[in-house]
This record gives sequence, C-alpha cells and structure tokens, in this order.
Amino acid sequence: MSALIFLICISIIVALVFLVAFIWTVRSGQYDDDYTPSVRILFENEPPAKEKSIKK
Amino acid sequence: MQLHYKKRNVSEHIQCFHCGEDCLDSSIHFNEKVFCCEGCKLVFELLDEKNLCTYYSLNSSPGVHHNAITPSERFLYLDEISVAQKLIHFSDGNESRIIFYIPKMHCSSCIWLLENLQKINTGINSSTVNFLKKEVLISFNKSAIQLSSIVSLLAYIGYEPLISLNDLEQKIEKKTNKSEIIKIGIAGFCFVNIMMLSFPEYFSLGDFYDQKNLKQFFGIVNLVLSLPVFFYSASDFFISAWKGIQQKFLNIDLPIAFAVLVTFLRSIYEISSGTGAGYLDSMTGIIFFMLIGRYFQNITYDNLSFDRDYKSYFPISVSVLRNNKEKSTPVSDLKMGDRILVRNNEIIPADSILESESTYIDYSFVTGESRPIKKLCGELVYAGGRQIQGAIELEVVKEVSQSYLTGLWNKESSSTKEAQSFIHLTSKYFTIALFTIALTSFLYWTLASDVNRGLNALTAVLIVACPCALLLSATFTNGNLLRVFGKNKLYVKNALVAEKLTIINTIVFDKTGTITHGSAVKFIGKNLTTEEKSIALTLAANSLHPLSRKIAEHFSNIEKCRVDNFQEILGYGIHGKVEGRSVILGSEYYVTGSKKAFSATASKVFFSIDGLVLGYFSVDSSYREGITNLISDLDKTYEVHLISGDNDSEKEVLKKIIQNENRLHFNQSPEDKLEYIKLLQNQGKKVIMLGDGLNDAGALLQSDIGISVSDDINNFSPSCDAILQGESFNKFKLFLDFSKCGKNVIVASFVMSILYNIIGISFSVQGNLSPVIAAILMPVSSISIVLLTTLSTSLIAYKKGL
Repeated sequence: MSALIFLICISIIVALVFLVAFIWTVRSGQYDDDYTPSVRILFENEPPAKEKSIKK
Repeated sequence: MQLHYKKRNVSEHIQCFHCGEDCLDSSIHFNEKVFCCEGCKLVFELLDEKNLCTYYSLNSSPGVHHNAITPSERFLYLDEISVAQKLIHFSDGNESRIIFYIPKMHCSSCIWLLENLQKINTGINSSTVNFLKKEVLISFNKSAIQLSSIVSLLAYIGYEPLISLNDLEQKIEKKTNKSEIIKIGIAGFCFVNIMMLSFPEYFSLGDFYDQKNLKQFFGIVNLVLSLPVFFYSASDFFISAWKGIQQKFLNIDLPIAFAVLVTFLRSIYEISSGTGAGYLDSMTGIIFFMLIGRYFQNITYDNLSFDRDYKSYFPISVSVLRNNKEKSTPVSDLKMGDRILVRNNEIIPADSILESESTYIDYSFVTGESRPIKKLCGELVYAGGRQIQGAIELEVVKEVSQSYLTGLWNKESSSTKEAQSFIHLTSKYFTIALFTIALTSFLYWTLASDVNRGLNALTAVLIVACPCALLLSATFTNGNLLRVFGKNKLYVKNALVAEKLTIINTIVFDKTGTITHGSAVKFIGKNLTTEEKSIALTLAANSLHPLSRKIAEHFSNIEKCRVDNFQEILGYGIHGKVEGRSVILGSEYYVTGSKKAFSATASKVFFSIDGLVLGYFSVDSSYREGITNLISDLDKTYEVHLISGDNDSEKEVLKKIIQNENRLHFNQSPEDKLEYIKLLQNQGKKVIMLGDGLNDAGALLQSDIGISVSDDINNFSPSCDAILQGESFNKFKLFLDFSKCGKNVIVASFVMSILYNIIGISFSVQGNLSPVIAAILMPVSSISIVLLTTLSTSLIAYKKGL
C-alpha cells in the first residue's frame, strides 16, 4: 500500500512541476501578445546591412 | 477618403510604390519607382539607404500616406525632462524604455519596419511590437538619441505615435489579467487532481480503500489541494461578497461565497471525522468553471478605449510665441495670457481671444454645426474647434482644464449610472429564498432535536441550490454575445451593457456624423486632366459651402493655384478666374441653364471652364446606407428621436425618415441634448443614445446606454459604453434583437439547471443517488450549460445573419 502512496506523491509532484511552469509562462508575459510572434517568426534574417550602407 | 481612392480606377492609374494611392503622373520618382507625393518618396529614400527594402517585399505598397511631414520642432517639448519622465517607462543608466501607441500600424510590413528601427538610428537599441495593442516598445540609449528624435523619426516614416495629454498627466496602470489566468490554472490543476483522488470513493473500491490510513491519506491530499483554490482562486468571490455586505447589497457573489464556504467547512469536518469524503471535487470544479466563465465574459478590446475624455482629443503640444520665438509647449502648461500659434487644420486647445484678423473655425465635432463659423479679431474662440484657414495667433484666456468644453465633460459626475445587472436583481430574491429554506429546514430538524440532520439539510440545500448555474449561464452567454457583437463591429464595453440593451425602449440619434457620414465624390463627364482638377480644387477651396469643401477634400493631394474675382452666390454656386480662365462650379441651373428634378440621394455640382461644361461632381447623399429602413423598422417597437446640433436645413429630408415631427430637434446645444435625455428618462424611459462628437459627450453619459458611432475606431470617440463602426450601423436593430435572445437563453438555461438540481436533490435525499453518478452529474451539468448557452447564442447569431 505504501507503493500507492509513494506513486501518488510522485505524480502530484510531477503535475506541480507543470503547474509551476505554467505560472512562470504567464508571469513572464508569454500570453500577453499572441499574434505578433506568429508574424515575426516568418521574417527572414537578412545579410548584415552595415557594409552596404557604408558603400553608399 | 484615402481608402476610397484606393478602390477606384486601379487599372488606369499608376499606384504609389510606397502607399498604393493613385499617382497623378509619374513626375515624382526615384530608382524607377513612382510615388504620389514627396513625403512617400522621402520615406522610400530613407529605407533604401538603410537597406530596409524588405518592407516593400513583405506586402505591396504597405506605406502610410501622409501629405505633410510634421516638422520635428513640434516634438521638441518631449525633450523637457519633466515631460520625458512621465512618458518613459523604465530608465536605468543609459538605457531607457518607452511604449508608444501607433494607430497607423496595419500589416506585417509595419511590424517588420518598426522592429528594425535600430538599423535607421543606432541610438535605438531594440524595438518590439505588440500588434494587437498597436504598441511598440522601444529601448534606446539616452545619451545617443533624444526622445523627440525618436518620435520625429517615427513620424517621418509614417508611424506617428499618438501621445495624448492623458499620458502626460498620469501614468495609466495597464490592467493585467495575468493573475486571473493563474487563478484559473491553479483551480483547474487542483480540480483535476482532486477528481482523480476521489475516484476510489466514486467507485467504492472496497478492499484497498477500506484500509483506514489510505482513505485518510486521500482525504488529506484532497484537502491540501483544495486550499489554494479556496484561499487564492476563489478570493474574488469572497471579496465581492464582503463588499456587497458592506454596501448592504445582496449580490450574486454572496450566495456563491456562502455555498463555497459551507462546502469547504463541511468537507473538512467529514474528512477529519472520517465520516465521508467531502465535496471538495464539486467545490473546486464549480470555482474552476465560474472563473473560466468570468474570463470568457470579460473580453477586452486592447486597442479601443471607452473612457476617453477631452484630454485625448486635444493636441498634446502647441506652439507658444514668446519674444517672437516659437516654442513647442505641452498644452497642460498653457497659462493665461500666453500667445499661441495655431496652424491650418489644428485644434484650438484652450479658450482664447483671436489676435489675427479673421478666421474660420469648424466646430462640427464640438457642436454638430456643419458650416464653419467666422471669427473676427478680438472675438472669443472656444477650445475644441478646428481652425481651417491659414495660421492664426491667439491669446489664451482660460487654462485647458477650465475651458468650456472641459466643463461640459466634467458634468458627467452628476449622472450616475446604476450598475445593476438583472442577474444581481434575480439573485437578490433567489438568495433570500435560499437562506429562508436552508434556515427553516435547519430549525425544523434542530427543534426535532436532531442537530446533525439539521446541519446536513442546511449544507445540502446551500450546496445544491447555489446559483452557480445562473452565473455560469450568464457569463458564457454574455461572453458569446460580446464576441458576436465584436465580430460585427459593435464593440461593447462590458457584459452589463449587452444586458442593458434588452431593456431599452427609446432610441435617440444624433445627426451629423451619426446618421450621416463622410460622403463619396465622383466626377462624371470627361476625364479631367491634372490642370483641370487643380482649377476645380482652387475654386472649391475658396468656398465654405459643405459641397465645395467635399470637392476640395477629394482633391486634397493636388496643388492649388491662384484665383481672382472669386464670388459665391448663395444657393447657386461659385465662380472666379483661375489662371486667367473663368470657372464656374454650381447647381445645374446655374452652370448649364437647364433645370431638372432634385435628387435626394446625390447632389450634383456642375463644373465649367470658359463656358464649356465638363461634367458634374456627384456628391452622394451623406446619409448612411439603409438608414430609412433601419429607422422605420425601429419605429415599430421603439420610440425614435433625433437631436441635432445642426440647423434645420435638412428637416424636409429627415421628416421622411422620422415621421413624428415632435421627435425632431435642431439647433441643440450640448447641454440641450443632455437635458433632453434627462427629460426622457424622467418620463420613465430607458434611453439609448447614438452619437459621435464631443457635442454628444454629455448626452452619451447621461443616457442608459451611450453608443459612439465612428468610421475609424482608432480615431477619437467620446466616452461611451460601446463603439459602433459606421459600416455596421444598419445592423443596429439586429443587435438589439440579438441581445434580447441572449437574455432568453440565460433564463432558459437557468431554469434548466434548477430542474437538474431539484431532481438531483430529491434523489440524493432518498439515498438513491450513488456517489459516482453525483460526481459525474456535477461537471456534466456545468458543461452542458456552457455548451447549451454558447451553441444556442451562436445559432441565433447565425440565423440572424450576424
């Protein structure tokens, strides 16, 4: 029976880890803007712009 | 107007590479790209130089058209430490962070460019866009770039941030819903885990479970898990209930808080005494569902503001003349006796005396009067008017906070809107009934000297009859209602307003800007050359007749030329010599000599040069589409009134729309409008007011529901309960009907859930309800209410075509 108690403790601790992770994501503002990042990810990284502007 | 350009004649014209508007010719070009104006070209040159042309490859012609670039001196006031301190959010050593609100942001190119500002000016470290809020967070190096340079850079590339007086006077704390989400998360987590640990109880898993210590262990874990829900997640209910008690007002949170408390205490008792497993699963579950409901209902429109006051309408800075030097100063710092310079199309910020010879001031937004008013030197000019002739000098006689307009706005405090939802009213009777039943049964059993049974009955009644179902059905229905409204461009402040729509019986419209709107101008006849357009513009720009002004606005991006011998003949038209050619604009009779039937839908302005009639400008009737049908529909069930600040020149047309002449009122001052609403309310009517301008601000606040009608929701709108976008104006009747259906859905689902509970309690009293069925029924009943309300409102919306 103690195995059962042990397992339940473990499962709740694992679940708690996810709860803490969730609270952390909310606090750090990851849900503040759910649109812009989806656009931002599609922008291409360009070649460094500095050289060209110096040439000009 | 600008959008309108885009739609027409796309094939015939060359489009500006930057902003996509039609170009008059290809004279303004750079790198084989054609631009409509110098402003657009300058932006392109800058972006090209900085290698930022990705801007143009993400979307075609993403730019923002702007005729005049605001001179950078206008922003110098931002460099004053006192001003800058109020705007900057965070500052540490060299780095400062500031958030700008940029209404012009509209596409992915905008995001891209605004996040690459550091490539234009190295003083900017980084910038991050929040597109939904239309905000950009800029972090910059204080010693390398000044605030005014950042703002003028943004203005230069077409994204001038909106900085309002409000920002300067106080920092608005952005309300975060983070704690709300965390509360839901914790409640959900605990609910599911408690549910899981309660399974042995549901299924009466005999052998294992009979072992005392295991049962106790499960009970204790459940209890521990329920603590954060009880003390943290449910705290809002307790706080609200306590406030209700203090104000001697029975709100719906009181019975809920009571039920939660009783359930919790009883569960503790059962678990500690080993007599049962408690009801912690139900308690956490219901809290979880109710929190979700509230979250769903509290839909927010991030980029809309319902509580704007005069501060966001006035310009933030104005040029003050001191010792013949112009200095840009925040409006809030204006003092009596200051001489200010107000340019063409700027708003007069404070009541002041005109020092220049004469001017025309457009008060249409403030008073509703559509014709500009002429003011002469020495006359008092009220704040809020838009100056439309050249640049004028004024002497300030009252500070901004004491001007006439501000005074009008501050009247709002006199009218208090009762914030009583019908749910609260219902719950009042409900609560009284509930407590009576609970106490009677308790007393009954106690008197029969069975205290234990009495306690059982008391808690059972409270738990089962908790009005959670009412709250659930109301929050989900209202949330869905708001969503449907939002989809149809009616942005409602909160659920209470949506609910109040059902009790309205009187509708009051404003005229200018509400049932009328900016109209479209078309030229019918030969294709005009640029020169001819310029001639028409020159002549029209000299007249203040509403039709002339619409034509002038239509050609706003063309250069004017000189006009001599200008003359305006009232009721006929205008004529003059432009570039040596005699030009006439006017009625058909005046220009061509023939007379035809008057058209109610569109006005025609004929145009001739040197006696040759080129054609006519057709100016659409400025009434909104479908207004006649809408009002005659509304007239069947509601009392429709119209109050206008304008003169009664359109009375005949309006009489066809609103038959009852006693309900048509013209020349109403802002106070008159407010008084009129009060008068109607004193007759016991529930009034909804639709208006748009500052002149309606008082009336909008006084009415039971004030709806501000606006063609561009990012523009200024007065304080109101809801913002309706002009294009959805003809759906107004549908909105009213729909909100009524919403109320029916709430009532129906509430009745259903009460039946659920009655059946449930009668079974459980007889001991026929096994725990597993009870445990299943609880979430099922909650979820079925949620589904029923959401689906039925969506279905009704679909059927109504919303």
